[in-house]
Amino acid sequence: MELNITSYCTIKNKIIFVNGKELSVPKQDVASYFFADAYKHLEINYPKFHKMDNLSKLGIIATEAALKGSDFLQRNSPESVAIILSNKASSLDTDRNYQNSINSKDNYLPSPATFVYTLPNIVIGEIAIKHKITGENAFFVSDGFDPQLLVNQAQISLNQPGTKAAICGWVDYDNGMADALIYLVEKASDSIKNINFNPLNETILTQFYK
Amino acid sequence: MTLEVFTSYHNIISPLGFTTKENYSAILNNKLGVKPHRLGKLNEEFCLSVIDEQKINSASEKIKGASLFTKLEKLSILSICDVLDQSGISLRDPKTLLIYSTTKGNIDLLDSSVKHSFPNERTYLSVMANMIGKYFNAVNKPLVLSNACISGLLAIITAQRLIKARQYENILVCGGDLVTEFTTSGFKSFNALSQEPCKPFDAKRTGINLGEAVSTILITKNKLAPTSMQIVSGASANDANHISGPSRTGDGLFKAVSQTLEGNKIKIDTISAHGTATPYNDEMESIAFERAGLINVPVNSLKGYYGHTLGTAGVLETIISIEAASNNQLIRSAGFSEKGVTGNIQIIKEHQPIIPETYKPF
Amino acid sequence: MDALIEKLKGQIIEQLNLAEVKPADINPDAPLFGDGLGLDSIDALELIVLLEKHYGIKIQNPADGKKIFESVRTMAQFIKDQGKS
Repeated sequence: MELNITSYCTIKNKIIFVNGKELSVPKQDVASYFFADAYKHLEINYPKFHKMDNLSKLGIIATEAALKGSDFLQRNSPESVAIILSNKASSLDTDRNYQNSINSKDNYLPSPATFVYTLPNIVIGEIAIKHKITGENAFFVSDGFDPQLLVNQAQISLNQPGTKAAICGWVDYDNGMADALIYLVEKASDSIKNINFNPLNETILTQFYK
Repeated sequence: MTLEVFTSYHNIISPLGFTTKENYSAILNNKLGVKPHRLGKLNEEFCLSVIDEQKINSASEKIKGASLFTKLEKLSILSICDVLDQSGISLRDPKTLLIYSTTKGNIDLLDSSVKHSFPNERTYLSVMANMIGKYFNAVNKPLVLSNACISGLLAIITAQRLIKARQYENILVCGGDLVTEFTTSGFKSFNALSQEPCKPFDAKRTGINLGEAVSTILITKNKLAPTSMQIVSGASANDANHISGPSRTGDGLFKAVSQTLEGNKIKIDTISAHGTATPYNDEMESIAFERAGLINVPVNSLKGYYGHTLGTAGVLETIISIEAASNNQLIRSAGFSEKGVTGNIQIIKEHQPIIPETYKPF
Repeated sequence: MDALIEKLKGQIIEQLNLAEVKPADINPDAPLFGDGLGLDSIDALELIVLLEKHYGIKIQNPADGKKIFESVRTMAQFIKDQGKS
């Protein structure tokens, strides 16, 4: 089966690239966070964003950037879109925060709003909820960016009768470092023949991730 | 030609035993793994299903260099070892893969009040899985899945698809999660924990019990075991409702069940439901099963025995269901006495033989 | 009361990790849940933690939260009524 990447977003060292081109994100003020600047610049306009943990914010920003200007969600109905993501640190960034809230007996106030993010696949949930995407989903954890795993799992998922397209990639947030590659996968068809796309394979993914 | 894929040998390590056989016979004798425990700095008792530390230590004596492994790694090694011994399969074989399913892995290592000598990196799930793989000289890097409560079932579905795609012949699916202060305090902060043994689908249900367990099932291309069963179909769906709460109308589950049944002309003898014993989950499930037309199929939840075992729940509950089916047995839904969900479903009140031909979807 | 409302806004922002929201963005009479700040049931539990942490108020029955957390103003009133402001 021929699968194609019709749009993608890479985030490295707080720089966002959309389809290979750097997106210039103006800082709102000296103290503003990278995520807040990107949220504003991409006009995401989704108040729930502010409550998310770093991993979910990263996933939402990369996904919104990849979707912006793409007709992916017009071409593919939300019940037929799978979401397959992976990373190295699972939800450890938030796990450490939550653990701090229960470490001391004197300051023992477990935070439900933090605990709810202590699963890596919550970022999939946030993307799914924002766009009402109800296809299948899976979160894999690997030692590092693994193009073979990602290509293989996309192939397998798009072989299922219910899956027509997928949002896939890598979203890792660890020790203050945000690292992501999110791409949109579609089968070869007439509806994408007039747009720029790349074949989904390990070489392309390695190139996009760099 | 499409391949058929089968389950074969399996193992469960839980408070109810260190083999599937011990676990299954404990269930038939109505023994519960859940008991009141007071954990760490929590100032109340909650019902939790916790494996006895001494039993773990004595069982671990057969692990070479046991002190190099964390509690969860040791339990996983013991569980996988049992399945490898039964089946004669080896992870040194390039046609064999290990899939590890967990939500929190070695999360107990984050607790600074507990002294240990393990490096920080062992909290990374892939590092943990690699340690387990290395013990068995696995040639393929373990595949790690972490997808909350559906991790275990998703791992089994993934294994089935990988074998169907002819990438492997044998896949060991191992699921494991511990009961820790981390998860217990978190579920308590949701007001979701029950102080009594949990009562899935019951009118007086009071929330979940958490449980720890490790379980392993070998999924194969060939029918290897006397109790091998075919994995016909499986599907998952996201209900895109809320990050911590299911859709009230059971949309996601209904979609997953419908897709699983679609095109498969088989009769359904029983359903092993998620049944966490929270008000919303059980209600949602009952609605989804009714919507899928499964109103006469006997349903149980095994959470009353084991609590919610998170990343291993799907693996453990599949194994018990296989064991029950091969003994022509329906398993009582522990903790259930009076129906407390609006969906029209039949909860199993007593252990009993499978009633043949109860339900035909087509 | 106004001082308490302003203090509460800051505490809500901190407790719910609303890092990018400014106190001035919160209308003290607007509903906290649903449309207003877009808070949900988990946030309600988080606000219970806030009351315990900053004001020593324990809410045993989370269902009571519904009335208390209608708006920042109703929260402030509740704290005042408890004599903890």
